[in-house]
Amino acid sequence: MKNTPIEKIKNFCFILPALLLFLVFSLYPILRIFELSVFQWNGIGKNMVFVGLVQYKHILFNNPNFWNSMLNAGYITFLALIIQNTLALFLAILVNRNIKGKNIYKTIFFLPSVLSGIVVGLIWKFVFDGNFGILNHFLASIGFTNFQDFSWFSKTKTVLFAVTVAHIWKGFGYGFIIFLAGLQTIPVELYEEAEVDGADEWQKFKYITFPLLIPIFTIAVVLTILGSMQIFDLIYSVTRDVSVEHTYVPITQIYEYMNNGEFGYSMAMTVIFATLLLMVSFIQILASKKLNYNNK
Amino acid sequence: MCVFRLKKLILACMTHFILIAISLICIFPIFWMLFSSLKTHHDVFFKMTLLPQTWNWSNYITAFIKADFGQYFLNSVIYTVVGVFFIILISSLAAYSFSRLNFWGKSFFFYLLIATFLIPIPGIFVPLYLLLKNFSLLDTRTGLLLCYISNGLACAIFLLKCFFDKIPKEIEEAAIIDGCSRFGIYWRILLPLAKPVLATLVIMNSLTIWNEFLLALVVFQDKAKMPIQRGLMVFQGDYPLLMTGLTIATIPIVLIYLLMQKYIMKGIIAGALKRV
Repeated sequence: MKNTPIEKIKNFCFILPALLLFLVFSLYPILRIFELSVFQWNGIGKNMVFVGLVQYKHILFNNPNFWNSMLNAGYITFLALIIQNTLALFLAILVNRNIKGKNIYKTIFFLPSVLSGIVVGLIWKFVFDGNFGILNHFLASIGFTNFQDFSWFSKTKTVLFAVTVAHIWKGFGYGFIIFLAGLQTIPVELYEEAEVDGADEWQKFKYITFPLLIPIFTIAVVLTILGSMQIFDLIYSVTRDVSVEHTYVPITQIYEYMNNGEFGYSMAMTVIFATLLLMVSFIQILASKKLNYNNK
Repeated sequence: MCVFRLKKLILACMTHFILIAISLICIFPIFWMLFSSLKTHHDVFFKMTLLPQTWNWSNYITAFIKADFGQYFLNSVIYTVVGVFFIILISSLAAYSFSRLNFWGKSFFFYLLIATFLIPIPGIFVPLYLLLKNFSLLDTRTGLLLCYISNGLACAIFLLKCFFDKIPKEIEEAAIIDGCSRFGIYWRILLPLAKPVLATLVIMNSLTIWNEFLLALVVFQDKAKMPIQRGLMVFQGDYPLLMTGLTIATIPIVLIYLLMQKYIMKGIIAGALKRV
């Protein structure tokens, strides 16, 4: 096509709606986060007080709730990383053996992942309920009667673990699909040759499956970290009535400070939290670059 | 040989036993929700059975009419349909121009867009709230929709641009000679070819918008405009009715999932592998 100025303006019209939305609803808010984080501001009125990095300093050194929330999210993330990914990989390997009903299993395992965090939280709230929850009923029916009236989501000791269980229930299907896609890229001939050489299942996993899955592994790990650290809907739906510090996570903290009218403070927290997440993303990008480089 | 076969059979049995056990854990809570939604208040608290004693379909009528779930459901349908429509329209136009046309600052804007797609931005709901407040769009359908639409753009533009890049340009050159305009190339040639990608994008964005909660929480105070996920959190009432609400919020998404599974799996894998 010709490249006259009028043509260029015409070309620009195709991108214009996307660009406008992007600038106003993505880029501007991102810049606003940084701007607000150095002001003390209640969200109403014009009296924004410039405070520099004071709020950052306060969050990092004088706010135990923030670190508490990071620890809680870290706990969920740690358990999710280990249990969710191990389970997902294990199931993907089982299903990848071309067994009967492969597609049915695939459909069922991913089903919890399409439900919303709110729905999952509210369903599990009643699974874990003290008086009429199915879990306690089930435990009683197999002989553990001492859990009667034990409300898993209300007790400070168990609430975080119970949330993690619901979180993993919702999330493992996602990892399963990614791992299965990764497994299907491994040529079958490799396994056949290994079998001829007399390798057992564990050796096949250790020398073929695992090394070839490392790129998929890094993605699964990073997505689990990003997803679990930013958990909100599930926590909000189970603990809205009983907001206790045992279930604080970074996003609920940011939301709460905003709700209390401490906009600047909540934005400083966002910057700190986002920086930590960004480091995770960068490590993954660097790692995958290096892996690709080694493969070529 | 017989021992070998026996071993294989036992292995297969064990495999299925594990897979079936996990499957039960996956679907049991969902069925519990479904059947609880059909129970009476009395059944839920005193009869610990999976199936209802009496099938109480009137819960659905009560939920839709008295408990506002009809309104929430309709709102969610509106947000999903309108949001997805505009995401697809705007992102495909942009992807076409990124792939085929020249304009000032093209690669700069593209990398900026991809950066916001890859970098996690928690807490962006706060400046979005302030932005909507400045535009007097707080507590309006338009405000929420604008947020949803711009949220979906980066990923959609990226996937569509990659797809358009792979389509050979010879097809268009023939069309230009025949007098086809730029918009004609986009509308008559590229868009129909991109149907599989578009299907994936429609499904993935529908799931995202239908299930979104945090922005809906921040934007709405007015019950009449709330989507269903938000409606579930303001609902006050008895247990079977809440389960009815949960089921209403879940059925469309599960139906879409069961019918369009292929596209969802494709979308998940494409989204994840783009990070490699």
